[in-house]
Amino acid sequence: MSQDFLRQMPGAENHFQKSSGLAYKLHLDPVLLGLLLLLCGVGLAILYSASGQSAVHVEKQLVRYGLAFFVMFLFAQLDPIIYKRWSPWLYLVGVLALVGVLLFGIGAKGAQRWLQLPGLPRFQPSEFMKLVVPMMVAWFLSSRYLPPSFKAVMGALVLIILPVLLIVKQPDLGTSILIAASGIFVLMFAGLSWRLVAGFTVLVASFAPLYWMFFMREYQKQRVLTFLDPESDPLGAGWNIIQSKTAIGSGGVWGKGWLEGTQSQLNFLPESHTDFIIAVCAEEFGFVGVVALLFLYVLIVFRGLFIAVKAQDSYGRILAGSLVLTFFMYVFVNIGMVSGILPVVGVPLPLVSYGGTSAVTLMAAFGVLMSIHTHRKMLSR
Amino acid sequence: MKSDRRLKDSNREKRIYAFRTIVALLFVTLLVGALVFRLYHLQVVNHQYFQTLSDKNRMQLQSIAPTRGLIYDRNGILLADNQPVFSVAIIPEYSEAIEITIQQISSIINISEDQISRFKKRLKRSRRPFQAVILRSKLSEQEIAQIEVRRHELPGVKVQAELARHYPMASDTAHSIGYVGRINEKDLSEVDEQNYSATNYIGKLGVERFYENELHGRVGFQTIETNASNRVLRVLDRTSPVPGLDLTLHMDSKLQHKAVELLGGRRGAVVAIEPETGGILSLVSTPSFDPNAFVTGIDYKSYGELRDSLDLPLFNRALRGQYPPGSTIKPIIGLGGLESKVATREFSIWDEGKYQLKNDERIYRDWKRQGHGRINLSSAIAQSCDIYFYDLAFKLGVDGMSKYLGYFGFGKNMALDISDAREGILPTRDWKRALKGRTWYPGDSLNMGIGQGFMLATPLQLATAVSLIANRGEWKTPSLLKSVSSELGGSEGLVRSRQVDHSDIKLNNQDNLDFIIQAMTEVMHGKRGSARGSGRNAKYRMAGKTGTAQVVGIKQGEKYDAEALKERHRDHALFVGFAPVNEPKIAVAVIVENGGGGSRAAAPIARALFDEWLLVLNKQDQVGGSQ
Repeated sequence: MSQDFLRQMPGAENHFQKSSGLAYKLHLDPVLLGLLLLLCGVGLAILYSASGQSAVHVEKQLVRYGLAFFVMFLFAQLDPIIYKRWSPWLYLVGVLALVGVLLFGIGAKGAQRWLQLPGLPRFQPSEFMKLVVPMMVAWFLSSRYLPPSFKAVMGALVLIILPVLLIVKQPDLGTSILIAASGIFVLMFAGLSWRLVAGFTVLVASFAPLYWMFFMREYQKQRVLTFLDPESDPLGAGWNIIQSKTAIGSGGVWGKGWLEGTQSQLNFLPESHTDFIIAVCAEEFGFVGVVALLFLYVLIVFRGLFIAVKAQDSYGRILAGSLVLTFFMYVFVNIGMVSGILPVVGVPLPLVSYGGTSAVTLMAAFGVLMSIHTHRKMLSR
Repeated sequence: MKSDRRLKDSNREKRIYAFRTIVALLFVTLLVGALVFRLYHLQVVNHQYFQTLSDKNRMQLQSIAPTRGLIYDRNGILLADNQPVFSVAIIPEYSEAIEITIQQISSIINISEDQISRFKKRLKRSRRPFQAVILRSKLSEQEIAQIEVRRHELPGVKVQAELARHYPMASDTAHSIGYVGRINEKDLSEVDEQNYSATNYIGKLGVERFYENELHGRVGFQTIETNASNRVLRVLDRTSPVPGLDLTLHMDSKLQHKAVELLGGRRGAVVAIEPETGGILSLVSTPSFDPNAFVTGIDYKSYGELRDSLDLPLFNRALRGQYPPGSTIKPIIGLGGLESKVATREFSIWDEGKYQLKNDERIYRDWKRQGHGRINLSSAIAQSCDIYFYDLAFKLGVDGMSKYLGYFGFGKNMALDISDAREGILPTRDWKRALKGRTWYPGDSLNMGIGQGFMLATPLQLATAVSLIANRGEWKTPSLLKSVSSELGGSEGLVRSRQVDHSDIKLNNQDNLDFIIQAMTEVMHGKRGSARGSGRNAKYRMAGKTGTAQVVGIKQGEKYDAEALKERHRDHALFVGFAPVNEPKIAVAVIVENGGGGSRAAAPIARALFDEWLLVLNKQDQVGGSQ
């Protein structure tokens, strides 16, 4: 069956040969690179409109993209074997940094997420963990027999839950969900038995009320309540979601046109250039525009999954698969929350929302992906 | 760790992985499908709903208040105009805590308890959403600056400019022009609410109220686009308001002011009419008040002072003061006698100062204790002999007197555009029976013949009557409004007026009226005329009649004050007259409450007004070339 699948991937074999030119020497995947550049271009166009036609925002974002692509390029140069070797050490550093955040972190609005170490630039360890957790779980599982035994699964879960809990405490619900997801995706790709999947699902579902009672902060609970009934507080917490739905819905099939969205241009839409930027796209480019953007994301995901399937060892495979699916989760959670089918958790729209941190992390992940794709041992063929 | 020691099966791993990738593809497809479905639901199925929400967000229909028409006097001098007034207001929808906001504002500028309590009252009233509620009006430039500087700390607070009515002549015209005040719910129920949707002020009294429709104009509308902070970005669609009509009154502001000066703060009233047109040249009641204080809202303390003052400054004596007319009606009684032939020009009586009816022990006395001696109609008018008129009143009877007094407009409000004037009392047999439950006695007639007893008249009615005499019986309905104008040109046909049913007086013999006028001229210029002191040294001839009314007292619930009471028990001084006799330009009625005799207190005022009108103002008119 897997053989069939591979054969059905269009041009899979041919493509590998074609890409063994300059791009391959630079350890880049031209298809993925092209799609990412296209996404960033579209993102800049939307950002220009969403920021109230601010050239300053676009310039700053352009610089960040430059940095992010540079990081991607660097990460692509490293052999996957290096990532594998360094995984436990990076994980250790990451967990210590998260503990550090809780002890001496700095931040704003009741959440401390940043760490300021002497001699180092200020950084956000949870962002770092988005890459490191799946690496660590992949390292842990790939050295064992797959599909993983129950014990291995439990071990992996401990590796996932430890940093997730530390991030929940910050609190940063969006990031902790994404990190938990990235770890679980590794488990899934490693062949986690469906029975355990079902079991864990039940477990998590029963854990949810406890989580509500003991871990969630008041503002987080408010967000969930608002999600369930935005009209209960139309001028307060429900405002964002009502305005974003209005922006999306009023866009209609074809949209109001670039720079013509009344919701975004007249500031009715809050956070229009950051987390809620998809609403601007939906308002100005309509259903057709959002679906086209979604399609672009899906192409990136499919290309990523293709790269993962082609990976030579299990570490590379399950890590690549997890990174790609996590990227997709960003997209889903963001559009889901802006369109009102998920509660509002602070998840940006990958490579379109204004902001540098997540762009750099995401492009680093794509760098890892390209590294996995381009550092091949000929013997395996 | 048993399982870990198993040999890794690379092919199995790949197989599992491939299958899991297919599951992942399905998972991705499913979630993308969910998103697409959701977007379809929002953007295609419910598009119309969200389009409406989005339009409602940004577009607002605003009404624009029309500019209120101006009021001019006959010479084009402004009596009422619109001036910008700055006030600090709060938009409750944007203010998080109104109490705190008020405290903050009152720490910046001076705001009284009274203003706060009235603000709260206004806040409770129904209003349009996002409409600002005014906290304090009439800000000085410094206060505006002080608030603007700290605006960012004051959410929902704004300084707004509006056009507010201003009366340059202030208290001089309070009782004639009236004033506008903030519109309230009761006012709104009486007008077309849509037309007043942007209007803050409405005429409350006087001309402002009577010609409210003409002055107000038609509301305009605009659709505006606003952003989330309610800042207006552009106007999408606009229907301009139609400004109100400008009114020109017959009133002469200089004559008006002169009358106020002449009354000199005494309680009294002056009404002057141009006989030829019926135009009201001046309408004065003193003491008065500053109508400007009422426009943006008078504070309780000042209002209380006005309301509780013993001199009743809020009371419009010219229109609503009902006084016994006293001897001022004698010319009309005399005319009635001649017309109905119960009196002749030659008939005379011997007056010893007393009069008695048959079968009646009561003695009716003349104001002059020793009597006037031999006296006929002409000299009875000139000297204001009571005995002659007792006799005439007896002969004419209540029916005759009422008939002729009715011809001259007594007992009714005859003004074309004054709706709040009182009607006075013109007694008849039926009136007495209905009101007092008694029949009419001959003695009632005697009292009525000298303007005492049941009969009451307002200064406006007295002026109307004497103007009709001056006009030789040709009826001209008294009115304040001379003409209207607008940017579009005159539109007099649309102007509102009261229905006044009156016609010219038809006399059996026109000479009878001339004879009466001759007698009234004697009042001013005759050797024994009762107002000869006021007629002396005139460059023109005038006609008039003095009156002295015993005080019945305007019911006013005054506190007992011996000194004040004594003063308030003095007679009211009255005078009616016109000048020049042959070509009358002005007819006046003057009353000075508790002023004593009409010849001493009232006639000099009339004379001064005649002089002012004929020798000063009319002369200027000719030089100035207006009219």
